[in-house]
Amino acid sequence: MPAGFQHFADTYLMWNEGPLIWMSDALIVLTSLGIVGALTYFKRWKWLWREWLTTVDHKKIGIMYLIAALLMLFRGGVDAELMRTQLALPGVHFLDAEHYDQIFTTHGTIMILFMAMPFIFALFNIVVPLQIGARDVAFPYLNAISFWLFFFGAMLFNISFVFGGSPDAGWTSYPPLTELGFDKGPGENFYLLGLQISGIGSIATGINFLATILKMRAPGMTLMRMPLFTWSVLAACVVIIFAFPALTIALALLMLDRIVGTHFFTMLHGGNPMMFINLFWIWGHPEVYIVILPAFGVFSEVVATFARKRIFGYSSMVAALMAISIISYFVWAHHFFTMGAGADVNTFFAVATMAVGIPTGVKVFNWLFTLFRGRIRMQLPMLWTLAFVPCFAIGGATGVMLAVAPADYQYHNSYFLIAHFHQVLIGGVVFGMLAGMYYWWPKMFGFKLDERLGRWAFWFFNIGFYVCFMPQYALGFMGMQRRMYTYPADTGWGTLNFVSTIGAYLMGIGFLFIVLQVLYSIKYGERDLTGDPWDGRTLEWSLPSPVPHYNFAVIPTVTDRDMWWVLKQEGRTEELRPKPEEIQPIHMPKNSGRPFLMGFAFFVAGLGFVFNWHVLAALGLLGVVACMIARSFEYDDEYQIPVEEIEYTEAALGRL
Amino acid sequence: MSHGNGHAEAGEHRHSPAMYIVGYVLSLVLTAVAFWLALTHAMAIGPLMWVLMILAGLQIIVQLYFFMHVTEGDGPPFHSVALVLGLIFTFAIALMSIWIMSFHSMVA
Repeated sequence: MPAGFQHFADTYLMWNEGPLIWMSDALIVLTSLGIVGALTYFKRWKWLWREWLTTVDHKKIGIMYLIAALLMLFRGGVDAELMRTQLALPGVHFLDAEHYDQIFTTHGTIMILFMAMPFIFALFNIVVPLQIGARDVAFPYLNAISFWLFFFGAMLFNISFVFGGSPDAGWTSYPPLTELGFDKGPGENFYLLGLQISGIGSIATGINFLATILKMRAPGMTLMRMPLFTWSVLAACVVIIFAFPALTIALALLMLDRIVGTHFFTMLHGGNPMMFINLFWIWGHPEVYIVILPAFGVFSEVVATFARKRIFGYSSMVAALMAISIISYFVWAHHFFTMGAGADVNTFFAVATMAVGIPTGVKVFNWLFTLFRGRIRMQLPMLWTLAFVPCFAIGGATGVMLAVAPADYQYHNSYFLIAHFHQVLIGGVVFGMLAGMYYWWPKMFGFKLDERLGRWAFWFFNIGFYVCFMPQYALGFMGMQRRMYTYPADTGWGTLNFVSTIGAYLMGIGFLFIVLQVLYSIKYGERDLTGDPWDGRTLEWSLPSPVPHYNFAVIPTVTDRDMWWVLKQEGRTEELRPKPEEIQPIHMPKNSGRPFLMGFAFFVAGLGFVFNWHVLAALGLLGVVACMIARSFEYDDEYQIPVEEIEYTEAALGRL
Repeated sequence: MSHGNGHAEAGEHRHSPAMYIVGYVLSLVLTAVAFWLALTHAMAIGPLMWVLMILAGLQIIVQLYFFMHVTEGDGPPFHSVALVLGLIFTFAIALMSIWIMSFHSMVA
């Protein structure tokens, strides 16, 4: 092998790291070849570009977010299985310390930022315009940019694994460990730039959906007639808009420390590493509410639909959402009670943290009261919702335990904490997103996901969850700290860790059942011919599945909260069918390849900054600016769908 | 950029490019002044903080007025609610950060 190639392979491709990397390389090459081969064989390149990569249709963007989220759930899940395998027995050296560090870092970062975030954005995109009677989001082009920034940010973060080295300082990336003096490698830069690029997209999404919900509602849909999922998106957007800038600043300052030698977070020249931690959690705590609030919205829809009852306490649900989104800003210091800011600071943040339990409790009781005397149907979305309630209740209770500042000195960074946040994030967000996925899947694709396989997935995942995480509470009390890559046998932690690993495998099997379920249902799933497979309550179920790209041939006028349900009860569903005389040409945004190219330019610039390849970075940024300039001079970005085409589409769907 | 039923907010307000250019130049100048003051240690740290905060406040006003057209608009005053909320969050986060990071009781 020539010396130059050897150097490249060892420095960038990390071939000296061993079989895990080689296997990943082989898998990535094979998968890429498979995708390219399939696209070429089926002559789908043009289709891919025209229908997906350039789309500004919120439904398609939502589907792309969903695919990305599921892929990232797989990647993050494999990381988790690797960690649990390593910890199954004491003194194992399946992974060395450095690989373990890299794996827990990517697991955390991917699950929060590249799994949970796109999953909620998937549902935002697919559901919100349909629920409020709109034809698209307020800024469709910006929406496409958001997606591609997320996609290329995630891509940049993910390639670090096989190109240059993964970040290894934890998903929280605290200095001074992440300062240049302690962490030379490109991994930390990958983390900073990947998050920064996708973070711009997230802020834009927050603004986009806030504007959409406030300005694009169908006539008659007052704020207090909005479905609760839309309300939860509104609350989440408020949190995104005000919280994400703090992350942007924290990452930017740390990047300046690393790239140009400033001292924001070093103790030299008056810097302070704790300031990063402060800024990180000003974003980081609201972030967990950003991902849980839409899940609450999903549960509200699912509970009402599958109990066939109006949601109990609608106004208090809205008030609770808003209260959570505001209180969530005043709790961040509970992530570093042990920093020693003082009893007064800790007291304030402890009490504020416990206060979040009040509106959350209101919501849980409202769901329960909605179920009370409802005619409950145990279908997949409902199953996950019912599983959520006890899981989240336990997670909330351990959260209040952690909120007790003096006691936190005992639990801090132990496996008790790990068990707690997995319980609220899996039991809350993942269960919620899966419930939402099952619920709106027919709306996206026109068929239901198979119930039987879904139940297998549900039970494996649920039982696996408790088997995996309940022992971790005990391990925390026994003194096991997070991020340990191995432990000696005489600690006595072996048995519980072994049980926990079995649980993790069960959850993995559960995930495989979901994959199987999707593949099976594509071919054999029950087709949704009515557009209303669950006997739903809100406007999206008045449309055919999948929804035509203009959504509503005629924009509905809303007179009630559960509009579609009321019309069904009163036998007035015909009112939402388009009438030929009402159909008018529809303005739609044109597709554009620029968001994709702009995301790619950001990716190139990011890669340049990661390795301090300044020419590449400059080229990438030039590409970004070129895209912006081209957009500024674009005047012809809309087209009209003629009446005939709408009539033809609606007639083909049997609605005219 | 709005479509379908969202035409209410588009098209009514036309702005000359001059307004954007003035805003752009002003925001650049404000940033450059702040950066230069910090870089050259032109003042003692106490007064410098105040000057930087005033410059930051001016920057917010420039952004809101020249780019976000905060003085215009129709329909319900959603932007006022957002502004008030933003101000509350900004002040709360800044002041509480100072409180947290001052370590005044030193109990660690």
